[in-house]
Amino acid sequence: METILFVTHTEADGRVPRAALEALAAARELALARKAELVVGVFGAVTANASAQVAGASAARWLAITSPDLSEARYASDAAAVEALARAAAATLVVAPATSRLSRVVPGVAQRLGGRVDTHATSLAEKDGAPVITRWFYRQRIEAQLSREKRPWLILLEGGCHAPFVAEGAAPVFAEVPLPLGPSDRRTRVLGLRAPRSDAQTIRPDARLLFVAGAGWTKKQADGKTHADRAGELILAFLQASKASLGSSKSLVDQSGEGQAVLPFLSHLNQVGQTGATPRHPKGLATCCHGEEPHVVGWRFILERRAVNLDPGCGWARGKADVLYVADAFEVMEKVNALLAAK
Amino acid sequence: MSGYQIVVCGSVVPDPLQTLEPVEGATGPSLKNELMLPAVLDPWAAQALYEAAHLATRSPGSKVWLVALGPKAKLQQVMMAIGQKVAFELVALDGPAGGFVDAHETAAALSDAIKGLPGLDRSRLLVFGGWESGSRGAGATLQMVGEHLGIRDQFQGVDQIAPQADGSLEILERVEGGQHQLSRVEGPPALLGWATGNLPEPRNSPQVGMANMKTIMPALQRARPTKVGTADLKYLAVALPRVQRETRVVKDKSSDDIAREIVEWISKD
Repeated sequence: METILFVTHTEADGRVPRAALEALAAARELALARKAELVVGVFGAVTANASAQVAGASAARWLAITSPDLSEARYASDAAAVEALARAAAATLVVAPATSRLSRVVPGVAQRLGGRVDTHATSLAEKDGAPVITRWFYRQRIEAQLSREKRPWLILLEGGCHAPFVAEGAAPVFAEVPLPLGPSDRRTRVLGLRAPRSDAQTIRPDARLLFVAGAGWTKKQADGKTHADRAGELILAFLQASKASLGSSKSLVDQSGEGQAVLPFLSHLNQVGQTGATPRHPKGLATCCHGEEPHVVGWRFILERRAVNLDPGCGWARGKADVLYVADAFEVMEKVNALLAAK
Repeated sequence: MSGYQIVVCGSVVPDPLQTLEPVEGATGPSLKNELMLPAVLDPWAAQALYEAAHLATRSPGSKVWLVALGPKAKLQQVMMAIGQKVAFELVALDGPAGGFVDAHETAAALSDAIKGLPGLDRSRLLVFGGWESGSRGAGATLQMVGEHLGIRDQFQGVDQIAPQADGSLEILERVEGGQHQLSRVEGPPALLGWATGNLPEPRNSPQVGMANMKTIMPALQRARPTKVGTADLKYLAVALPRVQRETRVVKDKSSDDIAREIVEWISKD
C-alpha cells in the first residue's frame, strides 16, 4: 500500500504558504484515488498554527518538527527535517510545494533516501493504477506525462496548478518528530532577506495581472529618438495603479549590461521566458515584445493574454495572445494610466 | 595552499532559437535530429562558469574545472566558443545530455568525475552549476551531486558570492517575490546553483583560447563513454503544446478606445 507524505515548511507566523495548501489538495486527491494512506508533515520554528489550516485532510497521521533551527531556510537543517519526516512516515510518495525553500532541499533528500525526485510538476493524478505527473521540458516547450516505479518518489508541485485545500473540522494535534542536527549542519547562518524598497518592488507573485515590458520601450520612437525615461515613468505609474507584477523580455534586461538605454528598475529577477521565469497569473498584458516561440514561453501559464504592439504580424502575439492591439504602447499606456487614475 | 578549487558542472543544450520536436527513440523520448541541432553551453551553467572564473581571478591560487557530460562531438563544438572566454580545465564525459535523461544518473556520473579529480582538496572545494537548465530544467542534479560528495552547505538560485576576510562566504539566493536571502557559510566545501548572477558574458580572448585549447582537445580525446539513461522513468506522453489561440487583431481603434478596453478588461474579475 502506498503511503503519501504531504510535507511543507511553515512561514514565520507558523502558517503554511498558499502553495502548500494547493499541494495538500493534490496529495489528498491522489491518496483517495489510490486508496493510499495520507500523512501530513510540517516543519518550522512554529508549527502549531498550521494545524487549523490542514484540518479535515483525512490524514492517517499528523507529524511535525518544531525547532528554532528551522526558523531560517538553510539547506542542512531543512533537508534533515524533510528526511526525518519521510522516514517517520515510511513514505513511498512525498508531495511538496515547489517553494524556494523546498525546491532547494527535496532533490538532496531523495538522494539520501535512495529514492527519485521529479520537480516542476504541474499536475498529479492516478492513471491506469499508477501515479502520473505532468511536467515541461526544454523550458516549457515540450510537455510530458511520466511515472516511476522506484520508491520513495518525491514530487515538487508548482504553485498555481491546483485549487487550494480548504480546512474543515477540528484542528489535529501533531506528533513531534526529533530533528537530528550536528555542528556541521550549522555552518551556514541566514542573515536575512534583501528586498527592493517597497516602492520599487515590481515582482508580485500574487498579482492578478502580469505586465510584460519588451525591448521596444527603449528603441527609437516615431520622432527618431529614444524615450527610456518616459517609458519608465509610464510603466511604473501603471504598476502602481494596477498593482500588476512586472515581467520583462531578456533583451530588455540584457541592455543594462550593454550600456544601452535601460529601465533602471528592471533586473534579471523580472525576466520571463526562455532563460527567465514562467510566472502564473490570471491575466497578462505584453507591450513592445517581439520574438518567436523561445521567448513566448514566458507567458505559457498566463490564462488571458493581450498584447500591444506596432507590428500586426508579431510572433509574440499571433496565435499566443487572445487580443493584439496594433498601436503605440506609449500612447495607449498613457491613456490607460489616466483612466486608472480617474477611477 | 590558498585559493579555491572550483568545479563547474554544465553541459550543452540545443540553441534556444531552434525548433524542437520530440520523437520516440529506442531508449525513450528524444528530439528530432537532436545530434544535428546547433548547441550552446547551457545558459545557467555558462553563468556559473563565468562566475567561477571571476572568483578565481580574485583569489590567487584558485583553479576552475568544467565537468561536462554530453556527446563528445557537441562538446567539442561548444568548447571552441566557450574556451575563448575564460580559463578552465575541461573534464569531459561522453554521454547523452538530452532533457529526458534521468537527473539521478547524471548526478552520479558527475559526482564520480569530481571525486576522480587529481589533488582534490575538500577544504577548498566549491561546486558550481546552474540552478536550472535549458533541457531537463529539473533544478535537482546539483543537489544530488552535493549529497554524493557529502556537501551539506548548498545554495540555489545564487546571484552573488562574496568572500569575506575571515574565509567565510556571503551568498545571495533568490527567494519568492523578487527578494534575495543573504547567508554566510563558514567556508568551503559548498555547492552553489547559479541563477543569472550579475556578470556580463566575457569577451573572447585569443590568449585564453590558445591556453585552453592545449587542455581541451586532450580532455575530449580522453572522454570516457558514460552510460546514463532514463532509469525507471516511464514517459506516457511527450508532445508539443497544441494550444493555438485565435488572436483577435485590433488595427482600427484609436488609442483612447484601446485604453478603455484594456482598463475594462483588467478591472474584471
